Amino acid sequence: MEMIKLTIDKKPVVVKPGTTILDAASSIGIKIPTLCHMKLHDMGIENKPGGCRVCVVEVEGRRNLAPACVTKAEEGMDINTHSMRAINARRTVTELILSDHPAECLTCAKSGECELQDLAQELGIREIHYEGEQSHYREDTSPAIIREMDKCILCRRCEMMCNEVQTVGVLSAVNRGFDAVVAPAFEMNLDHSACTYCGQCVAVCPTGALTEVDHTGAVIRALSDPSKTVIVQTAPAVRAALGEEFDLEAGTLVTGKMTAALRRLGFDYVFDTDFAADLTIMEEGTEFLDRLNRHLKGDKDVQLPILTSCCPAWVKFFEHQFPDMKDIPSTARSPQQMFGAIAKTYFADKINVKREDLVVVSIMPCVAKKYESAREEFATDGNPDVDFAITTRELASLIKLANLKFNSLPEEDFDQPLGESTGAGVIFGATGGVIEAAVRTAYEIQTGKSLEKVDFEQLRGLEGVREATVDVDGLELRIGIAHGLGNARKLLEDIRSGKSNFHAIEIMSCPGGCIGGGGQPYHHGDDSVIKKRFEAIYKEDAGKAIRKSHENPHIVKLYEEFLGKPMSDKAHHLLHTNYFDRSNKIES
Amino acid sequence: MSKIKLAEHVIETVQAICAQYNNEEGELINVLHGTQSKLGYLPAEVQELIAKELDMSVAKVYGVVTFYSFFTMTPMGKHPISICTGTACYVRGAEQVLEEFKRQLKLEVGKTTDDGKFSISCLRCVGACGLAPVVMVGEKVYGRVSPQQVRKIISEYQDGCPSHAE
Ligand code: SF4
Ligand code: SF4
Ligand code: SF4
Ligand code: FES
Repeated sequence: MEMIKLTIDKKPVVVKPGTTILDAASSIGIKIPTLCHMKLHDMGIENKPGGCRVCVVEVEGRRNLAPACVTKAEEGMDINTHSMRAINARRTVTELILSDHPAECLTCAKSGECELQDLAQELGIREIHYEGEQSHYREDTSPAIIREMDKCILCRRCEMMCNEVQTVGVLSAVNRGFDAVVAPAFEMNLDHSACTYCGQCVAVCPTGALTEVDHTGAVIRALSDPSKTVIVQTAPAVRAALGEEFDLEAGTLVTGKMTAALRRLGFDYVFDTDFAADLTIMEEGTEFLDRLNRHLKGDKDVQLPILTSCCPAWVKFFEHQFPDMKDIPSTARSPQQMFGAIAKTYFADKINVKREDLVVVSIMPCVAKKYESAREEFATDGNPDVDFAITTRELASLIKLANLKFNSLPEEDFDQPLGESTGAGVIFGATGGVIEAAVRTAYEIQTGKSLEKVDFEQLRGLEGVREATVDVDGLELRIGIAHGLGNARKLLEDIRSGKSNFHAIEIMSCPGGCIGGGGQPYHHGDDSVIKKRFEAIYKEDAGKAIRKSHENPHIVKLYEEFLGKPMSDKAHHLLHTNYFDRSNKIES
Repeated sequence: MSKIKLAEHVIETVQAICAQYNNEEGELINVLHGTQSKLGYLPAEVQELIAKELDMSVAKVYGVVTFYSFFTMTPMGKHPISICTGTACYVRGAEQVLEEFKRQLKLEVGKTTDDGKFSISCLRCVGACGLAPVVMVGEKVYGRVSPQQVRKIISEYQDGCPSHAE
């Protein structure tokens, strides 16, 4: 391939044809400011409307400044990224954006993480020379996400995520000129749309226009109410990302410090969603083997492949878009909801606390978990199994509020009995992990033999759609894995058209699985962060003494003392669910 | 939003227009144009149907409908009132005539009265400059209209006035 040679800020650089000036500059350590542009290289996700023109650079011999994010590098180009003209143009467009932006940084949920704020700071903007009318748009609050379109800068990253990556198609730029915003069809509220609450729009929004519903206040209130026993569960992906909020290197595991912090925040018991993940495997794995064995015996009515059901955004996605297939996913509830159901029955009885006096808080990498915990079917007499689901980011702000020096906290263990977990529970946090955990248990139950090697490397990885086979003592299990709803859609369409021959499929809505969830610390377009979290999850698994769900001693005890067998009537009542056809709600 | 069922013949009309453009997403503007000229406006349910036919999201369809001011989501009144605001009409007082219609009907441009009777829109030059300012109600043309005549024009279309019922 003919390479292209050019100079940027007097430094020579050689790049492949097709490389943008932005990427060429970044390859030699020059960071040109951007606003609308965002690229997750490894995931193949890119937003480049070329609209904001914050990234303009001077190309010697050209009359016009060139936007670096969409202009391709050419042979012999001589580029100045910080000429007087480029800097002035950058400041002008930034001031223009700010002239129609509320000056609310002091009280904005995004302050400190906002790319517009950072840009204004970097460019040293101290005054806005343009005065104009400010656009106003009503605030839209849903069970999980708040839209404050006054803060929208129309970069359309959210639209790209919702349409191209997730293929949900809820968001689109609407109206023109001054009235333009990104909104659902007919500008209805998000909770009337087919939004899955995956939160990927929140994860990429550069400003405070899209944020999660904040439940930290409610959690603080519960913690300071002496009549309540408040317990907490932490999802697997949180421990691999929380450290980033305290300036630790991405991929630093902070399980012990997180547990210590939660205890100091005043939670009466610090438990682990990983325990419930092990429980999920018991139920889902049993359901899978039941369907598989009936299929092997020639039962034509049995539905295969089985689809995982622990991701609430995925559940809402198929309820809206593939309601004809709502009998295919496992009926097992998600780990968050299994935890809540067991906490408010088994555990409440054990500590002799009434259901109404027990408050269950979840720490989740996810914004859809807020919606899931509010679904009607997950409540008894109006009392929800999970009272509040807060994101990794919200936990970080609680820790800061409590004046804790996170990095100097000791490492502490979870409480028992709902804090015991295995490596299988941990890997739920990454794409491929749920199905690997299921295979570890299903293999041993099916064959009666013990696995020599619990690592199923063929199921791991970050490609959007993966296929693998697992040899279960001569029986070849065909497994499909998808993360990102657009990838899930491909597998679903194959099933619908009868082209699919998988036995089981794992689906996660977020790129990378929960580690890339909409509630995680903002990645700001740097997907190496997600990769490091991914590695951290498998490291935690490898370090666990027990790595198979069915060997978790407290799970064994829970069945002995309370549930009986997997899929028993009691287990069905507490740990399984059913799905609804939501296609007539609104189609998109 | 309300989920009003579309009449069978409306569904067929819209489907036929989509089919005429091979149900291609890229033809959305033409499909919308064709549909609006048949139905007069593009209600939410029609946009949903078009989205389904072209296999695209209804948010995107709505995005396009709201981007071009030509497209409208409100049905025109039974008696659509159009006021020419071309240069000739404008200099001869079209503005005041328009204001008078708006005042009497308590209506904004592009909107329809609650009883569905009247809607107001502005037209670019209709080529009848000799009659400026020009007002059209449905197909009927009124020339040299003054604000004082507005009340009379409206009353011609109020109930109990059979001479102008269509
Ligand atoms: S969105 Fe950013 S710039 Fe706007 S008020 Fe919030 S922090 Fe400030
Ligand atoms: S949460 Fe997901 S589905 Fe909902 S608008 Fe955002 S990206 Fe689309
Ligand atoms: S809501 Fe956020 S991500 Fe979407 S266009 Fe506005 S600023 Fe960009
Ligand atoms: S970042 Fe390049 S145009 Fe917005």
